[in-house]
Amino acid sequence: MSSSFSAYREQWLGNIRGDVLAGLVVALALIPEAIAFSVIAGVDPKVGLYASFSIAVLVAITGGRAGMISAATAATAVLMVTLVKDYGLQYLLAATVLAGLIQIVAGLLKLGVLMRFVSRSVMTGFVNALAILIFLAQLPELVGVPWLTYVMVAAGLAIIYLFPRLTRAIPSPLVCILVLTGVSLALGLDVRTVTDLGELPDTLPVFLIPDIPLTWETLMIILPYSAAVAAVGLLESLMTASIVDELTDTSSDKNRECIGQGIANTATGFIGGMAGCAMIGQSMINVKSGGRGRLSTFSAGVILLFMLVVLGDWVGQIPMAALVAIMIMVSIGTFSWSSIKNLRTHPRSSTVVMLATVAVVVVTHNLALGVLTGVLLSGIFFSWKIAQIFRITSTLSPDGKARSYLIEGQIFFASADAFVAAFDFHEALEHVTLDVSHAHIWDISSVAALDMVVLKFRREGAAVQIVGINEASETIVDRLAIHDKPGALERLMGH
Amino acid sequence: MPTIVTLVDGSLYSRSVCDNAAWIASRTAATVELMHVLGRRHPTGPTNLSGSISLGARSALLEELATHDEQAAKLAQRRGRAILADAQAHLAEVGITATSRLRLGDLLEEVAEREAAADMVVIGKRGEAANFAKLHLGSNLERVARTWPKPLFVAARAFRPVKRFLIAFDGGASSLKALDYVARSPLFADLECCILMAGTDSVKNRAALNKAKVALKSAGVAAETSLVPGQVDTVIAAAVDAQGIDLLVMGAYGHSRIRSLIIGSTTSEMLRSCKVPVVLFR
Repeated sequence: MSSSFSAYREQWLGNIRGDVLAGLVVALALIPEAIAFSVIAGVDPKVGLYASFSIAVLVAITGGRAGMISAATAATAVLMVTLVKDYGLQYLLAATVLAGLIQIVAGLLKLGVLMRFVSRSVMTGFVNALAILIFLAQLPELVGVPWLTYVMVAAGLAIIYLFPRLTRAIPSPLVCILVLTGVSLALGLDVRTVTDLGELPDTLPVFLIPDIPLTWETLMIILPYSAAVAAVGLLESLMTASIVDELTDTSSDKNRECIGQGIANTATGFIGGMAGCAMIGQSMINVKSGGRGRLSTFSAGVILLFMLVVLGDWVGQIPMAALVAIMIMVSIGTFSWSSIKNLRTHPRSSTVVMLATVAVVVVTHNLALGVLTGVLLSGIFFSWKIAQIFRITSTLSPDGKARSYLIEGQIFFASADAFVAAFDFHEALEHVTLDVSHAHIWDISSVAALDMVVLKFRREGAAVQIVGINEASETIVDRLAIHDKPGALERLMGH
Repeated sequence: MPTIVTLVDGSLYSRSVCDNAAWIASRTAATVELMHVLGRRHPTGPTNLSGSISLGARSALLEELATHDEQAAKLAQRRGRAILADAQAHLAEVGITATSRLRLGDLLEEVAEREAAADMVVIGKRGEAANFAKLHLGSNLERVARTWPKPLFVAARAFRPVKRFLIAFDGGASSLKALDYVARSPLFADLECCILMAGTDSVKNRAALNKAKVALKSAGVAAETSLVPGQVDTVIAAAVDAQGIDLLVMGAYGHSRIRSLIIGSTTSEMLRSCKVPVVLFR
């Protein structure tokens, strides 16, 4: 206990200067993102900004991965678009609370271990899909707008990417915001600004209970959204956690992260914020800026709210073009460009998994469905590969009356048919020996297949003997096999 | 054969830690295992507050961080090996062959890992980082002292041969444990032994003190006893100075961390005020 406490304290105070500086950089980048994601979800910027504050602060305290940035995100925002459109903000807040509760339960059930089924290709697909989603969300600001907008976005991108060559001491997205805002104010340009999007926060958030009828119907309305938000939130958070693990070469507590995300979302719903989760791009910015501890996430949240309350009027003057430029940068930084290069060299099955994940997300705007598709496909491809690892060889006795089959490798549902097909039942034999000592019998399908083979040989008049069943196979055969019981074939075919 | 784990970190105290370990080894025929733990890395890379992420940001960042860590780790490792080699050479001069162990990670975890194999840990009062702050104990010392369940030998800045040692006795469980260890261990054989109890001259205190003396006597250790009223730390520190004590034996950290945060810890206070090595028992 004492050692885990000191580890926790170390995560807060181990790197104060670096954490606070990085928190400042992240807070500056969070403001445009939180506004942009509120726009995606169709709510006032204040909903996303309050959420980013509260999620960052709470996850800093309760999360399992120090130095990871959590706030309002695109991944969760895109899931709630129709909920807001059809039922309004109050239902979004309720769905946020419920999503948080689901995440807490998932954490308590230690569902974090399920992440092991999410393969590398699915993760790559996830980040690529996320990048595409973020980019697509910018299109409404880029289609059918005055030409001036394109000039400003281009100028913004130029500042973001070129300014770091001058100095790396000032965040270039901040410079982009300051320059574009200054120019548009000075020249009196008629462009869309943040104020046009809706209300900005001018006070500290206050506690409020979502104004919805507490009925079964309400639950049925928000549950599908909450479940999707909870799943996507945990997926992105755990994925980001492993990325941060990798970057900083430290470990994290995945189940604790699930609970932390849940607590953060639950509380956020009660102060009028929308659901969020960990952010891949922001977490990378944080690590790059020297943030490693919980203090970095915490200070990002606090500085964010402070700037809004103090500088709220100025934030309202930021032209949308500056935000779009920043979001394009985030989208480009999130996308795994090496995955395009790898399309040629990686095995085709991984490529299909990655592309399928991306495709499903782009079509449904639901990262959870994409990941589910990817996981199922990787499972199928894996079984396919393993199913090929089996071999049957045989030797005929000198008198031609007995044949002994040597079966090696994995026999399970995917290889059962090939297994049955590998025997020659037209050969007239008196005695058949099936040597399975080098085989693994995994499931009911393989047991049924073995039964089938034994029965078929028996019907052709051969006495069948199974030898060398190893321990693993023996237990499963003992429990499941029926070939030594009367009426065996009927029951087998009855399946 | 008993094993003593000797923690060295290249600070001013490392030499004394080695001398003490050699002294213990020569009396108890223990084997000495030198250990140096390279702490967790701290982010010291070049700061980049540009806040922008571009193409291939993740792999580029991983590469940059890994390269930086790699250089730092190589350097730290070379330094760690040098510290261990120095300590080994120093022990070899006095005829002790020591094994060495260079580990990466948290000191507490690495020390805890040796719990089954080691019988005693030797550590300096201050470490490398706390060297300049003379009034403060090393934070590692307190962390180890609070978690290590076996005897902990805390070396003072300079080593001098031990002739006379003092048991700070309060009748509590950990000081009874210390008494028992003194009675059994060859480490304390043939040394002059004093038992000091800080407290009022009550029947109860005198009985406890007498019981301690008898217990030691039955093990063949003759001890002088004294019962002095006053604040524990000042009484003991004064006795250590006045009676020419070379080594202090005491129970350690009886109170919770929270409590000692408020009222201060007697153990820390004594480690600070006595200029002699201390053996702590929990």
